[in-house]
Amino acid sequence: MLLIACPWCGERDETEFHYGGQAHVAHPADPEALSDAEWGDYLFVRANPKGEFAERWVHTAGCRRWFNVVRHTVTHDISAVYPAGQPRPSAARTSNSAEEVTA
Amino acid sequence: MSNRLPTGGRVDRSTPLRFTFDGVEYTGLPGDTLASALLAGGVLAVGPSLYRERPRGIVTAGVDDPHALVQLERPHSEPMQLATTVELCDGLAATGLQGRGRLDEAPDEAVFDKTYLHTDVLVVGAGPAGLAAALAAGRSGARVVLVDDQPELGGALLGARDEIEGRPACAWVADVCAELDAQPETRVLTRATAIGHHDQNYVLVAERRPDRPGGGGRLWHLRARQVVLATGAHERPLVFAGNDRPGVMSAAAVRSYLNRYAVLPGRRAVVFTTGDSAYTTALELAAAGAGVPALVDTRPAPPVALVEAARAAGIEVLAGSAVVGTEGEACLTAVRISALTDDAQLTGPVRVVACDLLAVSGGWSPAVHLWSMARGTVRYDETLAAFVPDQAAQDVRAAGACAGRYDLAGCLAEGLTAGAEAATAAGFPGTAPAAPPCSGDEPSAPPRPVWLVPGESGDPSTWRDHFVDSQRDATVADVHRAIRAGMRSVEHVKRYTTIGTAHDQGKSCGVAAIGVIAHLLGARSPGEVGTTTYRGPYVPVSFALLAGRERGPLFDPVRTTPAHPWHVRRGAVFENVGQWRRPRYYPRPGEDMDAAVLRECRAAREGVAVMDASTLGKIDVIGPDAGVFLDRLYTNGFAKLPVGSARYGVMCRADGMVLDDGVTVRLAPEHYYLTTTTGNAAAVLDWMEEWLQTEWPELRVRLTSVTEQWSTVAVVGPRSREVLAALAPGLDVSNDAFPFMTARHAELANGVPARICRISFSGELAYEVNVAGWYGLAVWEAVVAYGAHAGITPYGTETMHVLRAEKGYPIVGQDTDGTVTPQDLGMAWIVARHKDFVGKRSFARADTSRPDRKHLVGLLPDDRTELLPEGAQLVAPGADLATVPVDSLGHVTSSYRSAALGRTFALALVRGGRDRIGERVLAPLADGRTVAATIAEPVLFDPKGARRDG
Repeated sequence: MLLIACPWCGERDETEFHYGGQAHVAHPADPEALSDAEWGDYLFVRANPKGEFAERWVHTAGCRRWFNVVRHTVTHDISAVYPAGQPRPSAARTSNSAEEVTA
Repeated sequence: MSNRLPTGGRVDRSTPLRFTFDGVEYTGLPGDTLASALLAGGVLAVGPSLYRERPRGIVTAGVDDPHALVQLERPHSEPMQLATTVELCDGLAATGLQGRGRLDEAPDEAVFDKTYLHTDVLVVGAGPAGLAAALAAGRSGARVVLVDDQPELGGALLGARDEIEGRPACAWVADVCAELDAQPETRVLTRATAIGHHDQNYVLVAERRPDRPGGGGRLWHLRARQVVLATGAHERPLVFAGNDRPGVMSAAAVRSYLNRYAVLPGRRAVVFTTGDSAYTTALELAAAGAGVPALVDTRPAPPVALVEAARAAGIEVLAGSAVVGTEGEACLTAVRISALTDDAQLTGPVRVVACDLLAVSGGWSPAVHLWSMARGTVRYDETLAAFVPDQAAQDVRAAGACAGRYDLAGCLAEGLTAGAEAATAAGFPGTAPAAPPCSGDEPSAPPRPVWLVPGESGDPSTWRDHFVDSQRDATVADVHRAIRAGMRSVEHVKRYTTIGTAHDQGKSCGVAAIGVIAHLLGARSPGEVGTTTYRGPYVPVSFALLAGRERGPLFDPVRTTPAHPWHVRRGAVFENVGQWRRPRYYPRPGEDMDAAVLRECRAAREGVAVMDASTLGKIDVIGPDAGVFLDRLYTNGFAKLPVGSARYGVMCRADGMVLDDGVTVRLAPEHYYLTTTTGNAAAVLDWMEEWLQTEWPELRVRLTSVTEQWSTVAVVGPRSREVLAALAPGLDVSNDAFPFMTARHAELANGVPARICRISFSGELAYEVNVAGWYGLAVWEAVVAYGAHAGITPYGTETMHVLRAEKGYPIVGQDTDGTVTPQDLGMAWIVARHKDFVGKRSFARADTSRPDRKHLVGLLPDDRTELLPEGAQLVAPGADLATVPVDSLGHVTSSYRSAALGRTFALALVRGGRDRIGERVLAPLADGRTVAATIAEPVLFDPKGARRDG
């Protein structure tokens, strides 16, 4: 179980949160201008990297605020936590993460 | 026969404890385990093996015992306990098990709790390394938790004759305990086994509390900034013919029984080892008065000092040799010994030595279970012949035997360093104190592992008494067959042979099995084979411990409405809707559900009926942009809804599928009161908050769940207006003054302020009376009282479902399943064309505009009494039911008996259904019958809506 540092409440167990999938996937400003393929990409296609991944979490059983997390999908190391609407930090702090992930 | 030594040990000889095993009475002492007390009483064999029913005995003195399974009957019933870990108490009763326990039918009186705790440094294991680590970490001022599975601290020191600072090691242990006790931020948990080590140093610790009535325990959920694993090492068995016979024990366990429990497990003992550590066992056995005719060492040239010490004690050392077989019926009577060649083949004559105990040391396996669960890697150390911790994946350190450090001085020094480093890393700088002088286990000379001692005859395919995993009765022959079948990976061999899958999960046999696999594969070392994946829990734990107090009524919160006591008094039959308990129907004496529902439906259609609708999700949407916000979420418009009016709305996900529906009332220009389906209230609030926070943070809107704050009474039926007129005497209830889909504030006759909406989920004239939750019961009773003269009838969810289905109103989650659009439901009218909303773009996708999508339609069985089961599949007439897959046209989503229609009916999702009205379909049922039905318009009752205004 992850320990997630909510930007407003501090470190809490994962059970207090809900997962929100990939971060920085904005709802298109003008959906009607998109092709079916482009709209389908927005609806259904998400990145699935082996490594660091910016994703959304919401502190459902706490402050109920949405925020973003950069998590390593193999080691679960959380290298950054930042409020919704802010860009992904360019040099996410890394600590105790495996130097290199091999298959 | 008593094998108890007259002096020594950590047992209290002043108060004998009586207990029974397999119905026979024995006595033991406080400080005993069931196993040590049995050994003291001369009982070696516990229960027969699972498949081959071979006699099996106690092997170890701890959690790694492969055989000593017992069913505990007193002081409380508990299946599958290890005699080596059960603390003896007066009156204990147990029986041996053949690999399987029995759950007690009686309710468990034990109380299990949970505690959540954060700490700076967690130390697992209180042997020399763990105690040293806790001491060093604690001195820094850091919060320290030390956990150990034994009743007292000390680990291996409890079963040894080591000295620290010139005194018996246990005196040093006592001093350390006293210092830890005095540290305000240090907490020590005994009888507490770390069972899992998960992400972000989340460690689960199972604490036993045998002093509690009925047993019980506590599950600790620990979060540690830093973890020191001082979990020790397990002594490995050796694989040779007859290695499962009672009397074959771990050499380290023999030491533990001698020194900690003052029990001599045998009178004439042979020791069989691949390294140094068992020499101490041999010497201590001899010193305790046992005959030790032979010490068999696989190494051709054991360290000279050890050999001389053994010979001085009268022990013959047979170097470069192995035990190749055992003799005896129920218990060991002799071992067969042969010399080994350089490549570990047997050579020369076999010598038979009589003995009743064989103390075996196949080397040591560091207990890397938690380390590995925490995703740390292990590497095979050729010198130690063991898998040892390599790269940590979290803030974890291994110290002592867990790290492959077996000498006492090394364990103490490593523990002190690890503790100080962990505290420093956690923000409490400290330096490791100097290690105390000690005498005990010395650094070992290299062992000579022999992974497979050859049989005296045959080949590996026939070695069926060379046990690899004795719990599973799995032998070298089984491993050989797995490899011949093509298995190469240790994971495959494990699954093929079931090795390592019994209750100890391979603690004793795991690495020995890897050695056998490596040998049979011709690998150079077990390192080439690798280990299987270590998974929690480290020891078996009961579901009762994991559940804690969250069982019975506390398993899941139960939500009831303010009028619930009335429903109970009225004899309602309840159903669970999410966490809510809702009246399903109110049977009169002698009525079944069908009869009650038909009566309740008739009352709603012909007179007046009342339902508790308080469970509806309710959300206050407040702010200058509330209307804009709702316009973006609902498919239809709300910004222009007049104050005092209500509107039905449908919400879709971005993919265009229906998420929820409900009626929203505009109470004030900036205040909407939104309702959701009962089971969806939390999800809809989450959904709205997500869009508000992540996509439209500029909107000035606040959302508040008011589900519990408002109680709702639905008054339904042609005579509902007269009931409302009496209930709210100041309110003009005429159709003109209070038309359909409007809301009014009124003071009820009993003085309660109410928010009354003219909404109908049945097609009848109906009102929903909303009052503050604490008035809910009083207002419900008032409605019933004012309706009494009209025969007002309470109805439950079942009647509500029938009434709405007769009108073709879908229930989201029953008639929809996340693949259904508003258009599929026949609600194209609710999808606005001239505004954007979540999901709108999806209605232009090719898939959502297919003409053959499944539509919600009515379904009338040919037989007017045939009730189709919900979920029944529908096929075209003439469909070939014998050839699978049968082409399905759709399925039944709702099915009821209708009083108003005088027949059964159903709603169904049918491919191209609206173009099939009047066509027949077949429903092949699970009972083998095929039922014919005709597709109909979904609105079967009052299609013109003539009843709405009463």
